[in-house]
Formats: sequence, structure tokens, C-alpha cells
Amino acid sequence: MRFLKNNQPAPAAAGAPAGAAAGAPAEREERILTFGDVFGRDAGGLIVLLVLFGGMTLASSEFLTGDNLANLARQVAVFGIIAVGQLLVILTAGIDLSVGSVLGLTGAITAELLVHGVGIVPAILAGMAAGTAIGLFNGTLVAYGKLPPFIVTLGMLGIARGVVLVLTDASTVQPLPESFGNIANGDILGLPNLLWMFLAVVAIASFVLRRTVFGRYVYAVGSNPESARLAGVPVTRVLVAVYAIAGLLAAVGGVLFTSRLNAGVPTAGTGYELNAIAACVIGGASLFGAKGGAFGAAAGALIVGTLNNGGNLLAINSFYLQIIIGALILAAVAFDQWQGRRSPGS
Amino acid sequence: MSATADAGTRTAPAAEVVVSLRGASKAYGPIQALDDVTLELRAGEVMCLAGENGAGKSTLIKILTGAIRRDSGEYAVDGRDVGSPSPSEARDAGIGVVYQELSLLPDLSVEENLLMGQLPARRGVTRPAELRRRAAAMLERVGLDWLDPGTEVGTLSLAVQQLVEIAKVLGASPKVLIFDEPTTALSESETKALLARIHQLRDEGHAIMYVSHHLEEMFEIGDRVTVLRDGGLVTSQPMSDFDHDSLIASMVGRKIESLYPATSRTVGDPRLQVRGLLPEGAAAPVSFEVRAGEIVGIAGLLGSGRSELLRAIFGADPVHGGEIEIDGVRVAGGNPRRAVQAGLGLLTEDRKRLGLLLELSIRENASLAHLDEISRFWIVDRKRERTIVDRYLGGLKLRAGSWEQPVSSLSGGNQQKVLLARWLATHAKVLMFDEPTKGVDVGAKAEIYKVIGDLAAQGLGVVVVSSYLPEVLGLADRVLVMREGTVAGELPAEGATEEDVLALASTSTSTTTSDGAAS
Repeated sequence: MRFLKNNQPAPAAAGAPAGAAAGAPAEREERILTFGDVFGRDAGGLIVLLVLFGGMTLASSEFLTGDNLANLARQVAVFGIIAVGQLLVILTAGIDLSVGSVLGLTGAITAELLVHGVGIVPAILAGMAAGTAIGLFNGTLVAYGKLPPFIVTLGMLGIARGVVLVLTDASTVQPLPESFGNIANGDILGLPNLLWMFLAVVAIASFVLRRTVFGRYVYAVGSNPESARLAGVPVTRVLVAVYAIAGLLAAVGGVLFTSRLNAGVPTAGTGYELNAIAACVIGGASLFGAKGGAFGAAAGALIVGTLNNGGNLLAINSFYLQIIIGALILAAVAFDQWQGRRSPGS
Repeated sequence: MSATADAGTRTAPAAEVVVSLRGASKAYGPIQALDDVTLELRAGEVMCLAGENGAGKSTLIKILTGAIRRDSGEYAVDGRDVGSPSPSEARDAGIGVVYQELSLLPDLSVEENLLMGQLPARRGVTRPAELRRRAAAMLERVGLDWLDPGTEVGTLSLAVQQLVEIAKVLGASPKVLIFDEPTTALSESETKALLARIHQLRDEGHAIMYVSHHLEEMFEIGDRVTVLRDGGLVTSQPMSDFDHDSLIASMVGRKIESLYPATSRTVGDPRLQVRGLLPEGAAAPVSFEVRAGEIVGIAGLLGSGRSELLRAIFGADPVHGGEIEIDGVRVAGGNPRRAVQAGLGLLTEDRKRLGLLLELSIRENASLAHLDEISRFWIVDRKRERTIVDRYLGGLKLRAGSWEQPVSSLSGGNQQKVLLARWLATHAKVLMFDEPTKGVDVGAKAEIYKVIGDLAAQGLGVVVVSSYLPEVLGLADRVLVMREGTVAGELPAEGATEEDVLALASTSTSTTTSDGAAS
């Protein structure tokens, strides 16, 4: 999406190429500072989000209140954190269908340990270790076993959910210590802890993707793994790492989810994998890889959350909301395609 | 029209004009891709289309085939105005095209490919016997009567696939055949066979347009030549009016003094040593060395294992033994990352599939291989990145609006420069080039040759693989000739002729060198 912030050709921002001006400058497309220049690869979703916020504020007087926004943040945070992990996988042209089940499993593991008297910190660490281990397993099968990510993680979706049900005997795990529940339900500086954690995850992921070598490698692998390998990129290690991070973030989501309800729920996270994929796509990520960013995924998660929240406030039938979110996914992808066709060479 | 019968010249006697394009123009935004171009194709005549990349050749072809609409001008086939045809209307009017990138479906059989879109069927159920009969008849026209129409296309060699493609195009009984870079993937002998086939089609009365970067092929096959430059028509005249140099001058608009750089370089210590390397499918182990300041050319027929050798040295494919040393230090095999860290660089032949990251920007493509060096604690130092990209891409005179634009928006020659910059930035000690000028126009070719020469002069070891023999002989100091996956012989480039190379490359009973390890 090109937004004409000003009509001046962008000055030094474009890193003026030294040998570039050989041709007649008039023949070149005029550089205009775009919204995308400022926000990088994830501009589109933010704009939709701003429009949505504006619209909701006008439509409902309750929307822009502290209580409602805090509520919205709590609803969105867990699945936004998962969406960021999903985004990393999607950037490598893969997919992780197991994140919802991993959320359920890691939450249940933490809850079981707490019920059996294990300390809060060790219990949380155990949950996160379990999530990372599952991610490592997925990544190893994808990177070294050369199995399709869809199949590997579909299998893990079933396995992890089955293990949760066996582990908990399909019943809620409680009571959990009061202090554990405070982790997700507390506030810092008037903002919910969950929101802080969501923001931290998004900020770190965005920094990693934009500024670190690993981030570059993720985009390179998603663009063309063989080209990347021949340029010296450790493709298999990058792939394993990406699935491990997705598993770790799913575990973070699992711990937070359990803490928020202060109970281990065996069905926690069911269907979250699809929500996470939807958030990434709405936020501008391409399932073919190498396109998208952390802010985009976060914006996608917020868009879905805001629609749900707004739907409740305006008393819109939640069945209709499902239809709207589905249509939004199609619109996002169609818009992406249309843009791809307009821009040269892709 | 005076009927003078010049002895020895091939004159098409008052040939019938099949295609007539007058004053055709096409602009993409502010860029005039084609400007007032007039072209006539006549029955029984081969018209060559010459011009650098960006001269408007592809635009012209696309207008003829209906892939794009022209802005102005008239287009008539057989004297009948066809307006702005769609691709299927152009095909129905009798325009057939054989593209550089084949349009066959590799997982389907030859017969299904030949008749795709018009499969013989009764009420939606295909009729296999009829399909086979018609496919066999089509294959016969291109001399492929030995080919089983049930064969899966992906299992055929590229040369055979090309002929299948031609058979498919001929199936629509076109009056005009357009060949767009048909020999890019073919070996010397396959090219000869294809050119003979085109001659035959011409003599059957087809009007033929032939587009190629290889001037030799144009001189061999062309009756007339149309030269385009910067979207405009330069000239259209009999091929015999030109020689090699004057045609280049006409394409480039200036005289290119010498394509190849001078070869006065001081040769130093060995930089790359290959000992007993046994790539997959090689008949015998390969050993050679490349010294500092030296350019070693690798020649051989298509399928002789040239690219495979480079990939094996680079660790991109598994090998059955052997050692690689760079500056006397052994490189652990089987991993391109270690090869890069040891100072090796490989510019692959297939830029799009094995080199570029098309979704990413020019900057990201150029800096990919040396991110480790310009980062601290895994965080990329973007200032250093920009300086380095500026230095190397600027030095290569890359023409681009900004380093942030996607690399896919560049032309072939400029994409090659981006990949070159990627390896220059790694301070590679040995650079290997696989077909460095494939799909690159004459002007950019000279620049790439100059860079290769400069690199060797700076003390790098350089390996160049090319199927274009004048290029290997012109660039290299020594030429290794490959056959059956291994080195069949070595020639000093100076004084060697193309015939010498071909003799080494094609003799099956080896009378030359290095046969000790055959058993």
C-alpha cells in the first residue's frame, strides 16, 4: 500500500546508490516516501488496524475505555504471541499446525507440576522446555528428514493433544497457587501484564527479524532455500531454530493461558493454530515465504481480536463475526496478489 | 524486381510477406520499450532478431504472439489486419512460438503434452489409441519417430524436450515460427541438429524469426537480420551485409574494442588445489590447481559434468572422496557454508533458481554471504552493510533506482552484478563462475569479462565454466576440457582453437591424458 506522505523524492533515506545515476534520472520511477518505508515489510495490517480502531471508537462509546482496552489486550495477547511464532515458520515458507496443541500440552504440564507441589519457576521452565523440545522435533523432521511441514505438524497436532488428554484424563487441573494466577492477571503501570508480555515478544521478534543475521537468514530461506544454501546460509539449522522458537512461544502462550484461568484446561488452544495463521495472513505474510513482519502479525492478531471485541460491544451475532473474519482473510490475500501483479518482475 | 541470379547467394525469390508489423510502439509507464518498429517476415526465410538486453526484442515477440497489446501500429498476417490479437487469436492466425523456457508439463507424457487442450475424447473420456496415433504423427515431423509417445517428458533430455515443444507448436500448423533463444540449454551438436531442423522448416515454406544471443548461430541460419537498439529499429537487411564485428557495432551503437581483458598477469602460488575429487557420476577422479592471478577455463559438452564439478568443489553435492585446499588449508567438504568461510565463491549458472532471492531487495541479496563479518553479536551493522554494498555494487556500475528495490526488477546483466557483488564482498580467495554471461547482453558481457580479469589481476584464483568456446578461450589462461564427469585434457588457451577443445571433449577413446585411474 503506497501512502503519499509527501511528494518529495525521499532524500538520504533511500541510501542513495553511488553508481546509480548513470541513466537519465527522469526515466526512473520517482521515489516517494511510503508508509512501507517507515514500517518495513508489515505496513498493510497496521493501516487496517488504525481504520478499525477509528471506526469502533465512533460506533461504540464503550470501545475506547481503559477497561475495554485492557480486556481486549488480555483476549489478544496469548494468541498474538503464538501468531509471532507462527510468523517465523511462515516466513520460511513452512507452517506449524501444532501450536494450538502444544499450547494445551505445555499448559497442562505446568499445571500438573504445580498441583504436585513443584515450585512456580521450575514448573514454568518445564513447560517451556517441553514446547521447545516439540518444536525441535518438528524442525528436525522438516529440515533433516525433508518431510513436508504441513504433514509433520499435523501429526504433532494430534499427538500433543492426545498426550494432554491422557495426562489430564480430560479433566481440568486445579487448584493452582494464587501467585501463579497473578502472572497473567496482574498489572504493571496500569497495563495488564499480558499486554506487556505480548509487546515484549513482538518487539524482540521484530528486532530479531530486521536486525540480526538470523532474521536475514529466515527471509533468505523462505525466498529460495537452495540459493540461500549456496550463499553459505546454514539452512537446516535456521529451519530447526524457527520451529523450536514457534514451540517455545506456544509454550509461553500455554503458561499464560493456564495462569489467566488459574487452571490447566485440557482443551486449551484448540483451533488456535488456524487463528495464528489467519493473523499472519491478515498482517501481510505470504504462505510462500519471505514476506511479512512481526508488527504485521501482531496487527493481524489485534484486528481479529478487535473485530471480536467490537462485535460483542455492538451485539453482533458471533456467527456473523466468523464470516467477517473469513472474508477478511480472503481480502488480505487478494490484495496481496493484486499488489504483486502491479509491482514489476514478481 | 530484377531477376539477377547472383551465383552463390541465397535469394528468396520475391518471397511472400506473411507477417507485416508497421510502426509498432509500446511503452511501459515512462519507458518506451518499443518505438515505431517495422518488421516483415517472409515465407521461406529466416529473419534473425538482434539486439542487446532491453533493446525491445522480447516486447516485439510478445506483440507478435499477442501476449501484450501494442500502443500503436498495424499488424497484418497474410495481408489481413489482425488488430490486437489475444494469444489464442494469434495462434489461430498462424503464429507459433518456441520459448526459451519450455512450456511442457514435465510430469505428463509426451503425447498428452503434444495434444494438451485438444485431447481426442468422446464424451469426456479420452481415446488413448487415437491420442497415440496423432502424437506419433506429430513427432515424426521433427524426426522423433523413435520416441515412445507415452514417455514422461521430465525424463527426456532438454534437446529432445525442445523438439517435442517444436512438434507441439507445429501441431497448430503455423505459417510463422518464432524461436526465442532456443539453444540456451543445448550442447554444440544438439544446436547444430536444431539449426538443421529450422532450415528444413524454412524450406517447407515457413516464415521464421530467430532470436539468439549467439551471433555465430545467426550467421549460420539467418537470411536477413533486424537489429533493434533501445526500442528502436536500427536496420533490417540481408545477413550477408554484416560480419561479426559490424553486427555487434550495429547492436551496441558503438564499437567494442576488445571484449576480453588483457592477459598480462603475474601468476603466483596455488590458491585452489583439487586432489582426487570424485563427483557423483564421474568416470575418474579430478585433480587440478588454480594459482593466484590465473583464470582457468573449463570447457566440455553439455552433460560432461562441468557444473557438477564446481558444485562438488563448493560442497554443494556429496562426493565420493577427494580433497580441496584453499591456500594450503584443507576445506571440509559437503557444506557450502564452510566453503564460503574458507574463501570460495560460486556464481551459479541458473541465477533465478540457485542464486537470487527474488522476494528480497538488492541490498539483502548482495550482503547475504558476508553477514557474519558485518555483524556483532548476531546484529547486522547496517551502516557497514550499506557502505559495503555501495562500494561493490557502485564499483560494478549497477543501474538501479535504489538498493531497496526488489532484485527481481533488474535485468539479467544487472542481476548477475548483484551476485558478483555478493561474492566480492566476502573477499573470496577463489571465485568460480558457471556460465557467467548466460542471458547477458554484449555490453554487460564486456563489463563482466573486465571484472573477471581484474579479480585475477588482484591475485584471486578464478575458474570459469562456459559452453561458449570463444569465451573460454578468450578469458582463460588454461583450459580444462571435461568429458564423462572428469577432466579429459588440458590446453593452454593461447593458440588453442575451438576444434582442439571439441576434439578433446568428444573423443570417446581417450588418446590424450590422465587415464591412469580409469580402472
